[in-house]
Amino acid sequence: MNVVSNISVKCDIALVGLKDVYDPEIGLNVVDLGLIYEIEFEEEEKKTICNMTLTSQFCPMGESIVENVRQSLQTSFPDYSIEVNLTFEPPWDYERISESGREFLNG
Amino acid sequence: MFGVPAGNPETKTTSYKVVVPFYIYASLSFLVACVLLFTSKDVFLGHYFQPRILAITHTMALGWATMMILGASHQMVPVLIEGKLYSEKLAYVSFILAAIGIPLLVYSFYVFDMQAPAKWGGRLVVLSFLAYLINMAKSIMKGKSKNIHAVFVFTSVFWLLITTLFGLLLVYNFTTPLVNKDSIHYLTLHAHAGIVGWFLLLVIGIASRLIPMFLISKYTNAKLLWIIFYLINTAVLLYILIFYNDFGIKGIAFIPGVLVLFAVALFIYYCRQAYIQRLRKQIDEPMKISLLSVAMLLLPVLLLFIIIGLLYFTAGDKINLILGYGFLTFFGWLTAIILGMTFKTLPFIVWNKVYHHRAALGKTPSPRDMFNHPVIKVMGISYLAGFIFFVVGILASCIVLLNAGSILLILTAILYNWNVFKVINHKAVIQ
Repeated sequence: MNVVSNISVKCDIALVGLKDVYDPEIGLNVVDLGLIYEIEFEEEEKKTICNMTLTSQFCPMGESIVENVRQSLQTSFPDYSIEVNLTFEPPWDYERISESGREFLNG
Repeated sequence: MFGVPAGNPETKTTSYKVVVPFYIYASLSFLVACVLLFTSKDVFLGHYFQPRILAITHTMALGWATMMILGASHQMVPVLIEGKLYSEKLAYVSFILAAIGIPLLVYSFYVFDMQAPAKWGGRLVVLSFLAYLINMAKSIMKGKSKNIHAVFVFTSVFWLLITTLFGLLLVYNFTTPLVNKDSIHYLTLHAHAGIVGWFLLLVIGIASRLIPMFLISKYTNAKLLWIIFYLINTAVLLYILIFYNDFGIKGIAFIPGVLVLFAVALFIYYCRQAYIQRLRKQIDEPMKISLLSVAMLLLPVLLLFIIIGLLYFTAGDKINLILGYGFLTFFGWLTAIILGMTFKTLPFIVWNKVYHHRAALGKTPSPRDMFNHPVIKVMGISYLAGFIFFVVGILASCIVLLNAGSILLILTAILYNWNVFKVINHKAVIQ
């Protein structure tokens, strides 16, 4: 779960909110699942840019997940405009699941 | 690491309006087939070529298994090929044509009247599958990924079309002789092109993607899947060839069976590896039923060997074994995988519809909360018991067991339909 960010304090706030966004099939949140790659903040433009991925490029639940990430960030940063970008470079793999995510799956 | 703006979600996945009618139709067909099984149980004490057995077989093969597979694949193929479904209108056309054609065909078999209703039923079903083939071919051609799963799907649809075209030919042959022998002679050819070429190929193609996905398993093995693909297709082609000319070689009929047995064994190995390498340790009920169906694949193949062996080396009819073989195929592994996979696919389709715009408003139920788990458990037990009773009833020609088995299978179908409609009628619950 290595999320790149230019402002780590704000990134932590974003991640707290994003921990409530779940992949409905796996039942694990997008942060522990390792779907969030990068959260950048452009302070002058009051803009939050999130680069994220999905477990598969045409994941049937992907669209809902992306929309929920967008809305979660908007809730965390109501004064910022939100941009969520999907990237599949690098593609997601199981190694991105956090330790607590693995414990959840083992449970 | 640069991303692209996440586009309008609804442009990517297939609309639930396309998929759900297939699920409803298939679920009701399963119930109808189980009721027919109960009302026709006595015919399972006789020969397999009987009108009511033909009606039950086609209700199961077309109304239940094929309609369910058509519905699920309209949703799954875009995932497999990383692209969009070519045409939702064509999917509606497939549904309407099949939805009208199948009852006509089943009714004609039931009353054994091969005149206009049977011919129209057959024509509509062929047109439906032709529309489906075009839709799949265009989708796969436009998709980003031409992976092994897509190849399985496309090839299996090709065999489906061959099977139904041949079936239509046999319907015509009852009234207007088109081939040099009667239709009953060609029944095994028609059945095996469908069972192996269509069902087995397609189920392996899709399940080899879904089972690791739902188990959250790292395991993939495209090379192994290619071997399975070639084994199955060679088996079907060889079977057709041997059907017309056995080259005077005794025991040649075993070869396609051996190839299928190898393919099934390799697929079981593939699923076992996916299971061993899974990250999710807990297995839910639908997944248990799906995994059970993989093991159940071996039953009809092994019984087929016994039948071929007995036909070669002993005299007399093996009618109850042949009936058992058909039952193991349609009410066995095919039904088991559908019973399991329905609750791994349908809740997600409905969840996407109900919660897509609502999920961020609060905590939503997960797709697995949308159906009743105790009911699934009872359904699984009644299915397994009903299946075993009926198979033993066929093999032992015991009407009491046939009766008990068919009642339990009706119960299975009722519980299954109850949960399917519970999912479909799910209303948004946000905490």
